[in-house]
Amino acid sequence: MCLAVPMKLIERADTEGVVELNGVQRTVSLMLLPDARVGNYLLIHAGYALSEIDETEARETLALLGELAACAEEA
Amino acid sequence: MNTTDLYHDSRVVRSLVDQIHKASRGLPRSITIMEVCGTHTHAIARAGLRHLMPEEIRLISGPGCPVCVTPVSFLDRALVLGRRPSTRLATFGDLYRVPSSSLSLETAHAEGIQVDIVYSPRDCMKLARENPDELIIFLAVGFETTAPTIAALLVEADQSNLSNLMILPGNKIMPPPLRTLSEDPDLQVDGFLLPGHVSVVIGAAAYAFLPDEYEKFSAIVGFTPADILRGVLEIVKQVKDETPCVRNLYERVVSDGGNRNALALMDRVFHPCDAEWRGLGVIPGSGLTLREPFAHRNAERIDVDMPPAREPAGCRCGDILKGTLDPPGCPLFGKECHPDNPVGACMVSSEGSCSAWYRHEKRSL
Repeated sequence: MCLAVPMKLIERADTEGVVELNGVQRTVSLMLLPDARVGNYLLIHAGYALSEIDETEARETLALLGELAACAEEA
Repeated sequence: MNTTDLYHDSRVVRSLVDQIHKASRGLPRSITIMEVCGTHTHAIARAGLRHLMPEEIRLISGPGCPVCVTPVSFLDRALVLGRRPSTRLATFGDLYRVPSSSLSLETAHAEGIQVDIVYSPRDCMKLARENPDELIIFLAVGFETTAPTIAALLVEADQSNLSNLMILPGNKIMPPPLRTLSEDPDLQVDGFLLPGHVSVVIGAAAYAFLPDEYEKFSAIVGFTPADILRGVLEIVKQVKDETPCVRNLYERVVSDGGNRNALALMDRVFHPCDAEWRGLGVIPGSGLTLREPFAHRNAERIDVDMPPAREPAGCRCGDILKGTLDPPGCPLFGKECHPDNPVGACMVSSEGSCSAWYRHEKRSL
Protein backbone atom coordinates (compact mmCIF):
# COMPACT_ATOMS: atom_id res chain seq x y z
CA MET A 1 0.00 0.00 0.00
CA CYS A 2 2.99 2.27 0.47
CA LEU A 3 3.67 2.03 -3.24
CA ALA A 4 4.93 5.30 -4.74
CA VAL A 5 5.77 6.11 -8.35
CA PRO A 6 8.37 8.54 -9.71
CA MET A 7 6.82 11.09 -12.09
CA LYS A 8 8.18 14.29 -13.64
CA LEU A 9 6.71 17.64 -12.56
CA ILE A 10 5.87 19.51 -15.76
CA GLU A 11 3.91 22.47 -14.38
CA ARG A 12 2.72 23.81 -11.06
CA ALA A 13 0.35 26.40 -9.67
CA ASP A 14 0.08 27.12 -5.95
CA THR A 15 -0.36 23.79 -4.12
CA GLU A 16 -1.10 21.66 -7.19
CA GLY A 17 1.11 20.33 -9.95
CA VAL A 18 0.87 18.28 -13.12
CA VAL A 19 3.15 15.24 -13.24
CA GLU A 20 3.88 12.98 -16.19
CA LEU A 21 5.26 9.51 -16.83
CA ASN A 22 5.29 7.79 -20.22
CA GLY A 23 2.76 10.27 -21.58
CA VAL A 24 0.32 9.77 -18.69
CA GLN A 25 -0.46 13.01 -16.85
CA ARG A 26 -1.96 13.44 -13.40
CA THR A 27 -2.77 16.38 -11.18
CA VAL A 28 -1.26 15.94 -7.73
CA SER A 29 -1.16 17.92 -4.51
CA LEU A 30 2.11 19.61 -3.58
CA MET A 31 0.93 20.31 0.00
CA LEU A 32 3.51 17.87 1.40
CA LEU A 33 6.29 19.11 -0.92
CA PRO A 34 5.73 22.85 -1.37
CA ASP A 35 9.23 23.49 -2.78
CA ALA A 36 8.95 20.96 -5.65
CA ARG A 37 10.66 22.29 -8.79
CA VAL A 38 9.33 21.93 -12.35
CA GLY A 39 11.51 19.55 -14.38
CA ASN A 40 12.39 17.33 -11.43
CA TYR A 41 11.16 13.81 -10.75
CA LEU A 42 8.89 13.47 -7.70
CA LEU A 43 7.80 10.41 -5.78
CA ILE A 44 3.98 10.30 -5.97
CA HIS A 45 1.83 8.39 -3.46
CA ALA A 46 -1.99 8.46 -3.41
CA GLY A 47 -2.22 11.75 -5.29
CA TYR A 48 0.42 13.59 -3.24
CA ALA A 49 4.09 14.34 -3.97
CA LEU A 50 6.19 12.98 -1.09
CA SER A 51 9.78 13.55 -2.12
CA GLU A 52 12.01 14.93 -4.86
CA ILE A 53 14.33 12.32 -6.34
CA ASP A 54 17.93 13.26 -5.72
CA GLU A 55 19.52 13.03 -9.16
CA THR A 56 23.11 12.85 -7.87
CA GLU A 57 22.29 9.97 -5.52
CA ALA A 58 20.28 8.20 -8.22
CA ARG A 59 23.22 8.48 -10.66
CA GLU A 60 25.66 7.15 -8.05
CA THR A 61 23.46 4.13 -7.39
CA LEU A 62 23.12 3.47 -11.12
CA ALA A 63 26.90 3.74 -11.56
CA LEU A 64 27.35 1.19 -8.76
CA LEU A 65 24.86 -1.18 -10.39
CA GLY A 66 26.63 -0.71 -13.73
CA GLU A 67 29.89 -1.83 -12.08
CA LEU A 68 28.14 -4.90 -10.66
CA ALA A 69 26.78 -5.79 -14.10
CA ALA A 70 30.26 -5.43 -15.59
CA CYS A 71 31.72 -7.64 -12.81
CA ALA A 72 29.18 -10.36 -13.57
CA GLU A 73 30.11 -10.28 -17.26
CA GLU A 74 33.78 -10.70 -16.45
CA ALA A 75 33.13 -13.57 -14.06
CA MET B 1 19.70 1.15 -22.90
CA ASN B 2 17.56 2.61 -20.17
CA THR B 3 19.91 2.75 -17.20
CA THR B 4 17.09 2.25 -14.70
CA ASP B 5 16.81 -1.31 -16.09
CA LEU B 6 19.97 -1.99 -14.11
CA TYR B 7 17.78 -2.35 -11.02
CA HIS B 8 16.30 -5.49 -12.60
CA ASP B 9 19.36 -6.57 -14.60
CA SER B 10 20.09 -10.28 -14.18
CA ARG B 11 23.85 -9.59 -14.19
CA VAL B 12 23.46 -7.18 -11.26
CA VAL B 13 21.29 -9.69 -9.40
CA ARG B 14 23.77 -12.50 -10.08
CA SER B 15 26.69 -10.40 -8.92
CA LEU B 16 24.92 -9.39 -5.68
CA VAL B 17 23.79 -12.96 -4.99
CA ASP B 18 27.40 -14.16 -5.45
CA GLN B 19 28.61 -11.53 -3.02
CA ILE B 20 25.96 -12.51 -0.47
CA HIS B 21 26.98 -16.17 -0.73
CA LYS B 22 30.68 -15.32 -0.33
CA ALA B 23 30.06 -12.97 2.60
CA SER B 24 27.82 -15.51 4.35
CA ARG B 25 30.56 -18.15 4.47
CA GLY B 26 32.24 -16.30 7.31
CA LEU B 27 29.09 -15.80 9.36
CA PRO B 28 29.37 -17.06 12.93
CA ARG B 29 25.78 -18.41 12.76
CA SER B 30 22.63 -18.42 10.63
CA ILE B 31 20.75 -15.13 10.59
CA THR B 32 17.12 -14.11 10.18
CA ILE B 33 16.26 -10.91 8.33
CA MET B 34 12.73 -9.51 8.46
CA GLU B 35 11.16 -7.06 6.05
CA VAL B 36 8.35 -4.94 7.43
CA CYS B 37 6.87 -3.52 4.25
CA GLY B 38 4.18 -5.14 2.12
CA THR B 39 5.76 -3.88 -1.08
CA HIS B 40 9.01 -5.62 -0.08
CA THR B 41 7.05 -8.82 0.71
CA HIS B 42 5.59 -8.75 -2.76
CA ALA B 43 8.89 -7.86 -4.48
CA ILE B 44 10.85 -10.63 -2.68
CA ALA B 45 8.27 -13.28 -3.58
CA ARG B 46 7.85 -12.08 -7.16
CA ALA B 47 11.59 -12.13 -7.88
CA GLY B 48 12.08 -15.43 -6.00
CA LEU B 49 14.82 -13.89 -3.86
CA ARG B 50 14.19 -16.27 -0.94
CA HIS B 51 15.43 -19.15 -3.11
CA LEU B 52 18.63 -17.33 -4.05
CA MET B 53 19.77 -17.02 -0.44
CA PRO B 54 22.50 -19.22 1.05
CA GLU B 55 21.32 -21.56 3.79
CA GLU B 56 22.75 -19.25 6.45
CA ILE B 57 20.20 -16.53 5.61
CA ARG B 58 16.48 -16.73 6.28
CA LEU B 59 14.20 -13.99 4.95
CA ILE B 60 10.88 -13.57 6.77
CA SER B 61 7.99 -11.14 6.50
CA GLY B 62 6.67 -9.02 9.35
CA PRO B 63 3.65 -6.76 9.89
CA GLY B 64 4.27 -4.58 6.83
CA CYS B 65 0.90 -4.72 5.10
CA PRO B 66 -1.36 -2.00 6.59
CA VAL B 67 -4.54 -3.75 5.49
CA CYS B 68 -3.41 -7.06 7.02
CA VAL B 69 -2.65 -5.57 10.44
CA THR B 70 -5.96 -3.69 10.59
CA PRO B 71 -8.05 -5.47 13.25
CA VAL B 72 -11.40 -7.01 12.38
CA SER B 73 -13.09 -4.57 14.79
CA PHE B 74 -12.13 -1.62 12.51
CA LEU B 75 -14.01 -3.13 9.57
CA ASP B 76 -16.91 -4.13 11.82
CA ARG B 77 -17.27 -0.49 12.88
CA ALA B 78 -16.98 0.69 9.26
CA LEU B 79 -19.86 -1.60 8.25
CA VAL B 80 -22.05 -0.51 11.17
CA LEU B 81 -21.42 3.15 10.24
CA GLY B 82 -22.05 2.38 6.57
CA ARG B 83 -25.52 1.02 7.40
CA ARG B 84 -26.62 4.36 8.85
CA PRO B 85 -28.88 6.40 6.55
CA SER B 86 -27.34 8.97 4.19
CA THR B 87 -23.83 7.59 4.73
CA ARG B 88 -21.25 6.77 2.08
CA LEU B 89 -18.01 4.95 2.88
CA ALA B 90 -14.85 5.81 0.94
CA THR B 91 -11.90 3.41 0.96
CA PHE B 92 -8.65 2.49 -0.73
CA GLY B 93 -9.18 -0.56 -2.94
CA ASP B 94 -6.84 -2.63 -0.75
CA LEU B 95 -9.42 -2.80 2.03
CA TYR B 96 -12.42 -3.63 -0.17
CA ARG B 97 -12.28 -7.45 -0.02
CA VAL B 98 -10.94 -7.91 3.52
CA PRO B 99 -13.39 -9.98 5.63
CA SER B 100 -14.82 -8.41 8.80
CA SER B 101 -16.55 -10.51 11.49
CA SER B 102 -19.36 -10.92 8.97
CA LEU B 103 -19.15 -9.36 5.51
CA SER B 104 -16.42 -7.62 3.54
CA LEU B 105 -16.97 -4.11 2.18
CA GLU B 106 -17.40 -5.75 -1.22
CA THR B 107 -20.23 -8.03 -0.12
CA ALA B 108 -21.82 -5.28 2.00
CA HIS B 109 -21.66 -3.00 -1.08
CA ALA B 110 -23.52 -5.66 -3.07
CA GLU B 111 -26.14 -5.73 -0.32
CA GLY B 112 -26.75 -2.00 -0.59
CA ILE B 113 -24.24 -0.13 1.56
CA GLN B 114 -22.72 2.76 -0.39
CA VAL B 115 -18.98 2.23 -0.84
CA ASP B 116 -16.69 4.25 -3.11
CA ILE B 117 -13.16 3.13 -3.91
CA VAL B 118 -10.78 6.09 -4.11
CA TYR B 119 -7.23 6.33 -5.45
CA SER B 120 -6.37 9.36 -3.34
CA PRO B 121 -7.77 10.76 -0.09
CA ARG B 122 -8.29 13.96 -2.13
CA ASP B 123 -11.03 12.18 -4.07
CA CYS B 124 -13.11 12.39 -0.87
CA MET B 125 -13.36 16.17 -1.33
CA LYS B 126 -15.06 15.61 -4.68
CA LEU B 127 -17.35 12.95 -3.19
CA ALA B 128 -18.35 15.31 -0.37
CA ARG B 129 -19.11 18.15 -2.81
CA GLU B 130 -21.09 15.94 -5.18
CA ASN B 131 -23.14 14.39 -2.37
CA PRO B 132 -23.94 17.32 -0.05
CA ASP B 133 -26.83 15.47 1.65
CA GLU B 134 -24.68 12.49 2.61
CA LEU B 135 -21.93 11.99 5.18
CA ILE B 136 -18.71 10.72 3.59
CA ILE B 137 -16.61 8.54 5.93
CA PHE B 138 -13.10 7.76 4.69
CA LEU B 139 -11.59 4.57 6.13
CA ALA B 140 -8.15 5.88 7.09
CA VAL B 141 -5.60 3.07 7.05
CA GLY B 142 -1.92 3.08 6.13
CA PHE B 143 1.46 3.79 7.67
CA GLU B 144 3.48 7.01 7.69
CA THR B 145 3.59 7.09 3.87
CA THR B 146 -0.18 7.54 3.77
CA ALA B 147 -0.96 9.32 7.06
CA PRO B 148 0.28 12.76 5.87
CA THR B 149 -1.98 12.58 2.81
CA ILE B 150 -4.95 12.06 5.13
CA ALA B 151 -3.79 14.91 7.36
CA ALA B 152 -3.62 17.10 4.24
CA LEU B 153 -7.17 16.05 3.30
CA LEU B 154 -8.57 17.11 6.68
CA VAL B 155 -6.77 20.47 6.62
CA GLU B 156 -8.14 21.12 3.12
CA ALA B 157 -11.63 20.00 4.16
CA ASP B 158 -11.58 22.55 7.02
CA GLN B 159 -10.29 25.28 4.70
CA SER B 160 -13.13 24.52 2.28
CA ASN B 161 -15.75 24.31 5.07
CA LEU B 162 -16.79 20.84 3.95
CA SER B 163 -18.92 19.72 6.86
CA ASN B 164 -19.99 16.30 5.50
CA LEU B 165 -16.59 14.59 5.55
CA MET B 166 -15.20 12.45 8.40
CA ILE B 167 -12.59 9.70 8.74
CA LEU B 168 -12.52 6.48 10.71
CA PRO B 169 -9.00 6.69 12.19
CA GLY B 170 -6.95 3.53 11.65
CA ASN B 171 -3.51 4.81 10.65
CA LYS B 172 -0.47 3.25 12.29
CA ILE B 173 3.22 4.09 12.69
CA MET B 174 6.17 1.71 12.30
CA PRO B 175 8.72 2.39 15.08
CA PRO B 176 6.57 1.02 17.98
CA PRO B 177 6.03 -2.44 16.37
CA LEU B 178 9.75 -2.59 15.51
CA ARG B 179 10.37 -2.24 19.25
CA THR B 180 7.78 -4.92 20.02
CA LEU B 181 9.37 -7.31 17.52
CA SER B 182 12.88 -6.56 18.82
CA GLU B 183 11.78 -7.31 22.38
CA ASP B 184 9.92 -10.56 21.54
CA PRO B 185 11.89 -13.50 23.00
CA ASP B 186 10.13 -15.98 20.66
CA LEU B 187 11.22 -14.13 17.57
CA GLN B 188 14.94 -14.19 16.93
CA VAL B 189 15.28 -11.47 14.31
CA ASP B 190 18.84 -10.32 13.68
CA GLY B 191 18.20 -7.61 11.15
CA PHE B 192 15.51 -5.56 9.47
CA LEU B 193 15.06 -4.46 5.86
CA LEU B 194 13.42 -1.12 6.61
CA PRO B 195 10.51 0.26 4.57
CA GLY B 196 11.57 2.64 1.80
CA HIS B 197 8.55 4.87 1.50
CA VAL B 198 7.71 5.05 5.21
CA SER B 199 11.31 6.24 5.55
CA VAL B 200 10.78 8.97 2.94
CA VAL B 201 8.43 10.56 5.48
CA ILE B 202 10.01 9.72 8.87
CA GLY B 203 13.70 9.77 7.82
CA ALA B 204 16.56 7.38 8.57
CA ALA B 205 17.23 8.91 11.99
CA ALA B 206 13.86 7.64 13.27
CA TYR B 207 15.30 4.10 13.52
CA ALA B 208 18.37 4.97 15.60
CA PHE B 209 16.89 2.99 18.51
CA LEU B 210 17.31 -0.29 16.60
CA PRO B 211 21.13 -0.40 16.81
CA ASP B 212 21.39 1.81 19.93
CA GLU B 213 18.90 0.00 22.19
CA TYR B 214 18.50 -3.45 20.61
CA GLU B 215 21.76 -4.02 18.69
CA LYS B 216 19.77 -4.81 15.55
CA PHE B 217 21.33 -4.68 12.09
CA SER B 218 19.35 -2.79 9.46
CA ALA B 219 19.21 -1.15 6.06
CA ILE B 220 16.65 1.12 4.39
CA VAL B 221 16.07 -0.18 0.89
CA GLY B 222 14.06 0.49 -2.26
CA PHE B 223 11.87 -2.01 -4.07
CA THR B 224 13.77 -3.51 -6.99
CA PRO B 225 15.58 -6.86 -6.68
CA ALA B 226 18.92 -5.02 -6.75
CA ASP B 227 17.82 -2.66 -3.95
CA ILE B 228 16.69 -5.54 -1.73
CA LEU B 229 19.79 -7.67 -2.36
CA ARG B 230 22.06 -4.72 -1.54
CA GLY B 231 20.21 -4.48 1.77
CA VAL B 232 20.73 -8.17 2.55
CA LEU B 233 24.45 -7.89 1.70
CA GLU B 234 24.76 -4.80 3.91
CA ILE B 235 23.14 -6.60 6.87
CA VAL B 236 25.44 -9.63 6.43
CA LYS B 237 28.43 -7.29 6.50
CA GLN B 238 27.15 -5.55 9.65
CA VAL B 239 26.69 -8.93 11.37
CA LYS B 240 30.21 -10.05 10.44
CA ASP B 241 31.76 -6.77 11.56
CA GLU B 242 29.53 -6.69 14.68
CA THR B 243 28.58 -3.11 13.81
CA PRO B 244 24.81 -2.72 14.07
CA CYS B 245 23.62 0.47 12.39
CA VAL B 246 20.88 1.94 10.17
CA ARG B 247 22.36 2.08 6.66
CA ASN B 248 20.37 4.17 4.20
CA LEU B 249 20.63 2.49 0.78
CA TYR B 250 17.66 4.41 -0.64
CA GLU B 251 19.42 7.77 -0.59
CA ARG B 252 17.81 8.88 -3.82
CA VAL B 253 14.57 9.60 -1.94
CA VAL B 254 15.22 9.06 1.80
CA SER B 255 16.97 11.73 3.88
CA ASP B 256 18.09 11.58 7.48
CA GLY B 257 15.33 13.85 8.76
CA GLY B 258 12.51 12.78 6.43
CA ASN B 259 9.89 15.07 4.91
CA ARG B 260 9.54 17.84 7.50
CA ASN B 261 6.42 19.32 5.90
CA ALA B 262 4.68 15.95 5.99
CA LEU B 263 5.75 15.31 9.60
CA ALA B 264 4.56 18.78 10.68
CA LEU B 265 1.18 18.27 9.01
CA MET B 266 0.80 14.83 10.62
CA ASP B 267 1.63 16.32 14.01
CA ARG B 268 -0.89 19.13 13.51
CA VAL B 269 -3.75 16.74 12.77
CA PHE B 270 -2.91 13.51 14.63
CA HIS B 271 -1.53 12.43 17.96
CA PRO B 272 -0.27 8.94 18.82
CA CYS B 273 -2.61 6.54 20.60
CA ASP B 274 -2.52 2.89 21.63
CA ALA B 275 -3.62 0.71 18.74
CA GLU B 276 -4.45 -2.93 18.10
CA TRP B 277 -2.41 -4.79 15.45
CA ARG B 278 -3.65 -8.10 14.18
CA GLY B 279 -1.11 -10.65 15.41
CA LEU B 280 0.77 -8.30 17.71
CA GLY B 281 -2.05 -7.13 20.01
CA VAL B 282 -2.25 -3.63 21.42
CA ILE B 283 0.99 -1.67 20.97
CA PRO B 284 1.32 1.55 23.02
CA GLY B 285 1.60 4.72 20.94
CA SER B 286 1.44 2.89 17.60
CA GLY B 287 -1.79 4.39 16.24
CA LEU B 288 -2.84 7.85 15.14
CA THR B 289 -6.03 9.55 16.27
CA LEU B 290 -7.29 13.08 15.69
CA ARG B 291 -6.28 16.05 17.78
CA GLU B 292 -9.09 18.08 19.36
CA PRO B 293 -9.32 20.77 16.58
CA PHE B 294 -10.08 17.95 14.14
CA ALA B 295 -12.23 15.84 16.49
CA HIS B 296 -15.40 16.90 14.63
CA ARG B 297 -14.11 14.73 11.75
CA ASN B 298 -13.66 11.59 13.88
CA ALA B 299 -16.31 9.00 12.93
CA GLU B 300 -15.34 6.95 15.99
CA ARG B 301 -17.31 9.49 17.99
CA ILE B 302 -20.56 8.50 16.30
CA ASP B 303 -22.36 6.38 18.90
CA VAL B 304 -23.17 2.94 17.47
CA ASP B 305 -23.78 -0.53 18.89
CA MET B 306 -20.84 -2.76 18.05
CA PRO B 307 -21.08 -6.54 17.80
CA PRO B 308 -18.19 -8.48 19.37
CA ALA B 309 -15.36 -8.97 16.86
CA ARG B 310 -14.69 -12.49 15.57
CA GLU B 311 -11.49 -13.55 13.81
CA PRO B 312 -12.07 -16.14 11.05
CA ALA B 313 -11.88 -19.68 12.52
CA GLY B 314 -8.60 -21.49 11.89
CA CYS B 315 -6.93 -18.44 10.33
CA ARG B 316 -3.27 -18.00 11.37
CA CYS B 317 -2.79 -14.47 9.96
CA GLY B 318 -1.73 -13.34 13.43
CA ASP B 319 1.27 -15.71 13.62
CA ILE B 320 2.19 -14.99 9.99
CA LEU B 321 2.21 -11.22 10.61
CA LYS B 322 4.44 -11.73 13.62
CA GLY B 323 6.90 -13.77 11.55
CA THR B 324 6.59 -16.91 13.67
CA LEU B 325 4.86 -18.90 10.92
CA ASP B 326 5.38 -19.04 7.15
CA PRO B 327 2.10 -19.04 5.15
CA PRO B 328 2.26 -22.76 4.18
CA GLY B 329 2.20 -23.53 7.92
CA CYS B 330 -1.43 -22.34 8.14
CA PRO B 331 -3.90 -25.24 7.77
CA LEU B 332 -6.18 -23.09 5.57
CA PHE B 333 -3.42 -21.96 3.15
CA GLY B 334 -4.16 -22.96 -0.44
CA LYS B 335 -7.18 -25.01 0.67
CA GLU B 336 -10.15 -23.04 2.04
CA CYS B 337 -8.09 -19.85 1.77
CA HIS B 338 -6.82 -18.67 -1.61
CA PRO B 339 -6.88 -15.34 -3.51
CA ASP B 340 -10.33 -15.98 -5.02
CA ASN B 341 -11.79 -16.84 -1.64
CA PRO B 342 -9.63 -15.20 1.02
CA VAL B 343 -10.38 -16.20 4.62
CA GLY B 344 -7.79 -13.93 6.22
CA ALA B 345 -6.51 -10.47 5.35
CA CYS B 346 -3.02 -11.73 4.42
CA MET B 347 -4.53 -13.54 1.42
CA VAL B 348 -6.52 -10.50 0.23
CA SER B 349 -3.99 -7.79 -0.44
CA SER B 350 -1.35 -8.50 -3.08
CA GLU B 351 1.08 -7.27 -0.43
CA GLY B 352 -0.07 -9.81 2.13
CA SER B 353 2.41 -12.62 2.86
CA CYS B 354 -0.09 -15.39 2.06
CA SER B 355 -1.11 -13.85 -1.26
CA ALA B 356 2.54 -13.28 -2.25
CA TRP B 357 3.46 -16.90 -1.35
CA TYR B 358 0.42 -18.30 -3.11
CA ARG B 359 0.95 -16.34 -6.32
CA HIS B 360 4.71 -16.57 -6.62
CA GLU B 361 6.15 -19.33 -4.42
CA LYS B 362 3.47 -22.01 -4.32
CA ARG B 363 5.13 -24.03 -7.09
CA SER B 364 8.19 -24.49 -4.93
CA LEU B 365 6.28 -25.89 -1.91
